Amino acid sequence: MSLLRAPARLYVNGVALWSQRLPGWERARKILAGLEPAPQELAPRPAPELLPPTERRRAPDTVSVAMEAALSACKYAQLPPASLPCVFSSMHGDLAITDYMCATMASTPTLVSPTKFHNSVHNAAAGYWTIAAECTRPYTSLSAGDFSFGAGLLETCVQALTGNENVLLVAYDIDARGPLAPVAASKGLLSVGLIVSPQRGPQALAQVVLDVVSGRGLAPSRARPENAALVAGNSTESCLPLVEALALGGTHDLLCLATPTLGLMLHVEAV
Amino acid sequence: MQPLSITAFTATCAAGAGRAELLRALDTGRTGLSANDFGREPLKTWVGRVPGVEGAPLPGDFSRYECRNNRLAWMGLRRDGFLEAVEAARRRYGSDRVALVLGTSTSSIGATEEAYTRLTPDGQFPEDLRYQAVHTPHSTGEFLQRVLGLSNVGVTVATACSSSAKAYAQGARLIELGIADAAVVGGVDSLCGSVLFGFNSLALVSPEPCRPFDAQRSGISIGEAAAFALLERQEKDNSKGPRLAGYGESSDAHHMSTPHPSGRGARIAMQDALRRGGIEAAAIDYINLHGTASLKNDEIEAQAIAEMFGARTHASSTKGWTGHTLGAAGALEAVITLLSLESGLMPGNLNTRELDAACGPQVRLANATGRVRHALSNSFGFGGSNCVLLFAAEAA
Repeated sequence: MSLLRAPARLYVNGVALWSQRLPGWERARKILAGLEPAPQELAPRPAPELLPPTERRRAPDTVSVAMEAALSACKYAQLPPASLPCVFSSMHGDLAITDYMCATMASTPTLVSPTKFHNSVHNAAAGYWTIAAECTRPYTSLSAGDFSFGAGLLETCVQALTGNENVLLVAYDIDARGPLAPVAASKGLLSVGLIVSPQRGPQALAQVVLDVVSGRGLAPSRARPENAALVAGNSTESCLPLVEALALGGTHDLLCLATPTLGLMLHVEAV
Repeated sequence: MQPLSITAFTATCAAGAGRAELLRALDTGRTGLSANDFGREPLKTWVGRVPGVEGAPLPGDFSRYECRNNRLAWMGLRRDGFLEAVEAARRRYGSDRVALVLGTSTSSIGATEEAYTRLTPDGQFPEDLRYQAVHTPHSTGEFLQRVLGLSNVGVTVATACSSSAKAYAQGARLIELGIADAAVVGGVDSLCGSVLFGFNSLALVSPEPCRPFDAQRSGISIGEAAAFALLERQEKDNSKGPRLAGYGESSDAHHMSTPHPSGRGARIAMQDALRRGGIEAAAIDYINLHGTASLKNDEIEAQAIAEMFGARTHASSTKGWTGHTLGAAGALEAVITLLSLESGLMPGNLNTRELDAACGPQVRLANATGRVRHALSNSFGFGGSNCVLLFAAEAA
């Protein structure tokens, strides 16, 4: 059943992708379209360009991959980073820091690192991004289990439509560590950036007609198996069907879930 | 914005379980803070611990969600007729027309911490915790959506101490756009090692009960709470009662754990809330301040309040009663603000003896009563995330 009064029209004005086998949008676009093979060797983690050089190496993995996607999407769209409200979305937040915090609580709680503690908040990546981008616009930081990407995309569209402006989505997850790994399973590094607005931007790559539907048995779209394999196991992997549609160009009808029973129906058309 | 009706609201925290107990504690100046007895080797500090969470299991079908945070959520839901109000909304609009937006900072991390203290010899989680749906930030949001039988948007906002204020903003947008007709918004955060020892590592935890805006304040007292509200599109039959009249959000863009020195983000958020509500600063009767009793926050917030509001506005932090309930603070203090609109009681600053020199005439030591028509609730978080809610009393 449709939940919107009428389907809404939006534009994707910017895009970014980073994973160890899809390192950056330009290469990812070709790899996902089958024009170029995926690299055999895993790309090293990106260095967040906006951070001071001394902080780049120390930045947590979530901050590193999220900032890479955020900045690349802004560059793609030719929009100043300081101007954009942003929605950050991650199922787990920083699993390496969660592992550290829990291990430290079990052993030597009074010795916990203050830096690790303030980096342990789910909104650390969003916080670092707005600080580095000098952005005083609002951000949020969302989690919705396996549906975190869809929940983030939905809130991004909602903000873009209610505010009638460009909104930046950054969705990311990293690999799990330690005893937590089998329980909160996520593999590899993955981040995606999208800039969405009801207004068409100069670099717009697609128009999207959005409907929001509810019901049991909603079947989410799948990416091509060879593409899905490149990010398989990462908790943000559900971004791939939309990312693939943007890479391929042309017209695509997709269903992306924001909960088990709530989906975004996306009619994506390259412009 | 089009104001939204708040048709039900409730809170459970150290100062009281449900609205009546909480209001009585506020009125009589009874703090909920107590000497910390949480964990194996409790830090020497004071906490706002909710009694009885340990002995209040979840309904049997939900045993996969067992943990302190979800128990507190379930305790909180069953006060003030809140469950019944959600059920009525579900029947009225349909389960797929009622959203759930939950704010939390640490969610059920306490259960994950516990697993690390009882690892098996080969380094695995113990059997009883391995298969539980609690080792993820969305645990409480998912539990709430299921236990309430809702199937619209179900999402967790985790922006540290502004989380559950931002849940109101997100819920309001969903109703504005027509994706939902009603939204359960709220916050749940519970005591755990990570926050007690984490804030301690930043030298932000006070060895005594916190004293917001006191010249001699020495840091925060950490608390726990579950607080909820039901937002509905305004209709003829629900236009009585308090309204969410606006919200404002901003980022400090300054530092991960220290507020901007001139309170830039706080001011933007307050102005944004007033603008969205179409209300002048002079019309604000009461402000529930963030007022954590940390050195920096209180100084900077007091300065911003002194510059933005007139002397007749009564402003206070209620964390002397409840402790800083982190991701639940926005929703808990929204409920306190709604109680103020309803009862006319404007709390002072409990435990505070001498106000900081940065305070203007707005920040008060003592409780006062009066007509409260418009009120703000401030929430500012780590990572520079700010959210301010604007509430209005029922139209005269």
